Amino acid sequence: MTGEMIALRQVTKTYRMGSVLVHALRGVSLTIDRGEMVAIMGPSGSGKSTLMNIIGCLDVPTSGDFFLDGEDVGALGESRLAEIRNQKTGFVFQTYNLLPRLTARANVELPLLYGSYGGGRNRKRLAEYALERVGLEDRVNHRPPELSGGQQQRVGIARALVKDPSLLLADEPTGNLDSQSSEEIVALLQTLNQEEGLTVVVVTHEPDIASSTRRIIATRDGLVVSDDPVPNPRMAAPARVAAGERQS
Amino acid sequence: MSPATLLLTALSSLAINKLRAGLTLLGIVIGIAAVITLMAIGQGVQESITSRIESLGTNLLFVRPGEASQRGVSGGQGSASTLTLEDAAALRDPVFVPSVTAVAPELATTAQVVAGRSNTSTRVYGVTPEYLGARNFELSSGNFITPGHLEDASHVAVLGSEVAETLFGFREPVGQFVRINRRQFEVIGVLESKGGNRFFSLDDQVLVPITTAHYRLSSQRTTQGGFNVQTINVQVGDLERMDSAIREVATVLRLRHRITGDDDFSITSQQETIETLQETTGTFVVFLGAIASISLLVGGIGIMNIMLVSVTERTREIGIRKAMGAKYRDILLQFVCEATLLSLGGGGIGVLVGLLLSWFLNGQSLLGRPTQTTFSGEVAVLALAVSAAIGLFFGIYPAMRAARLHPIEALRSE
Repeated sequence: MTGEMIALRQVTKTYRMGSVLVHALRGVSLTIDRGEMVAIMGPSGSGKSTLMNIIGCLDVPTSGDFFLDGEDVGALGESRLAEIRNQKTGFVFQTYNLLPRLTARANVELPLLYGSYGGGRNRKRLAEYALERVGLEDRVNHRPPELSGGQQQRVGIARALVKDPSLLLADEPTGNLDSQSSEEIVALLQTLNQEEGLTVVVVTHEPDIASSTRRIIATRDGLVVSDDPVPNPRMAAPARVAAGERQS
Repeated sequence: MSPATLLLTALSSLAINKLRAGLTLLGIVIGIAAVITLMAIGQGVQESITSRIESLGTNLLFVRPGEASQRGVSGGQGSASTLTLEDAAALRDPVFVPSVTAVAPELATTAQVVAGRSNTSTRVYGVTPEYLGARNFELSSGNFITPGHLEDASHVAVLGSEVAETLFGFREPVGQFVRINRRQFEVIGVLESKGGNRFFSLDDQVLVPITTAHYRLSSQRTTQGGFNVQTINVQVGDLERMDSAIREVATVLRLRHRITGDDDFSITSQQETIETLQETTGTFVVFLGAIASISLLVGGIGIMNIMLVSVTERTREIGIRKAMGAKYRDILLQFVCEATLLSLGGGGIGVLVGLLLSWFLNGQSLLGRPTQTTFSGEVAVLALAVSAAIGLFFGIYPAMRAARLHPIEALRSE
């Protein structure tokens, strides 16, 4: 389970905002191996979200190469990109992006609708298991407005986990949460990384969260300005319920 | 996405905004119900006309004189006086015209018919005993004209049911006397009612022996001085032999009239009359349907409008679905499915409403006349197909707009 999970070579991204060309990425090269837990830091406008979107296959680079799990993603069409989003990457958003009218379980089932994950019964089982992993087995039939921010984000993580991805991407996952909930989310991500070997990439601007990972990549003005390992990752305060240490 | 999941997703999306979905549905319901009802009325009219004519017998041929033309002015079909009673007699010949089973010549005139203080102006037909069977009439009381009456040119009359009612009310007319053109006729029978409309009634007529009509009521003579008739009704034994019957009758008449060039008579079949009428009324039915379809078009535009609004409102949802791995096709199908569900649902309800409406209208008086409606399954199936097609047609553009959204931009929208 080692080897390159993500490899970017001289990736640029330019997009048009009105009449202005915005150079969001100006030539980023980096590799992330399987099983790593990495934080991408940087001020707003530094290109970290654009980088995340490209890694998450939500966007494609303007130039440069991007290999995900050995596959040259830059050369793929929209339909294959959708398949990769569906199968390989789990994306966690700052604003959760849950569908408010669906129950937690239906939200978690959503990615399963767009791939071959068996029939309704199997989808339901997978979704309930994913919710159990994030400690929300007693909130299966709640809708997002009935859940706290931390719980909603955990539904978001369960949705990312449900298809058993090889890469978990979190874009400011604690940006909208209080510190207690943030700790729980970070602890959950750490557990998933350490105990299940899941590759985790977190975009954040909070030093606390970055120091909980094992490597910090800093971006500024569309370039990587530093890339250092974290000698002693901070262990987040144990969450009330975390995967792997549940009582039966 | 499996079809079942697709359907469920579309249904639950529609359920979010029930009022909006309901109102959009209503547009299609009204359109389809209008098409169904108007078509039912149109087909009812068509059917009642056809069945009325069919009740006269479909195996009939009508032989009529050709046009009279004087100094280049044409008098129109049937204006010549070229057919005679002898022609009719010749058509009874089983050797030359084997396909024909009965021949009933008639001589029509309009006359004032008086009984006591009641009187009415009606068509008086001079006929032969074969007329009753050839024209598919039944007697409700009394007897029909006999060969003896014909021989003697008797002053006897058989009344149509409407004439009988006008002149005698509820009294029994048989045995009573009527005056036709100031001559006294004894009523010997009354015809069973056949129905009809104000342009064309089979009950508003009086039948007398053709000889009596010729000598007492009509002053026409043929150019040869023969016994002139206006129409010869020819009954053919077998519908299959209609064409050969037409050939046989034409041959005999051409021989008798010594014709080498254009015929001085015309032969039309009952079947032709029905077909012509059906064509005409068919156009009428299609026309009604076309008018109703306009409201369907409006309903379709309503669907498109609502779907466009829905795509704009649900941009974020589309972004989420795309981020979760939904492809162009998945989003396209979801929105097309929603539009089609709306239109098909509207179509289904519309068919039911149309069915109820046409059932309610059946027999109701509309513009002073009883309406007959015929609900046909074909029209219902067609209406459902059209409503599904409307959903597809008007749903595809909004769905394409949804499916083309870029996931990042869609996620950014509020």
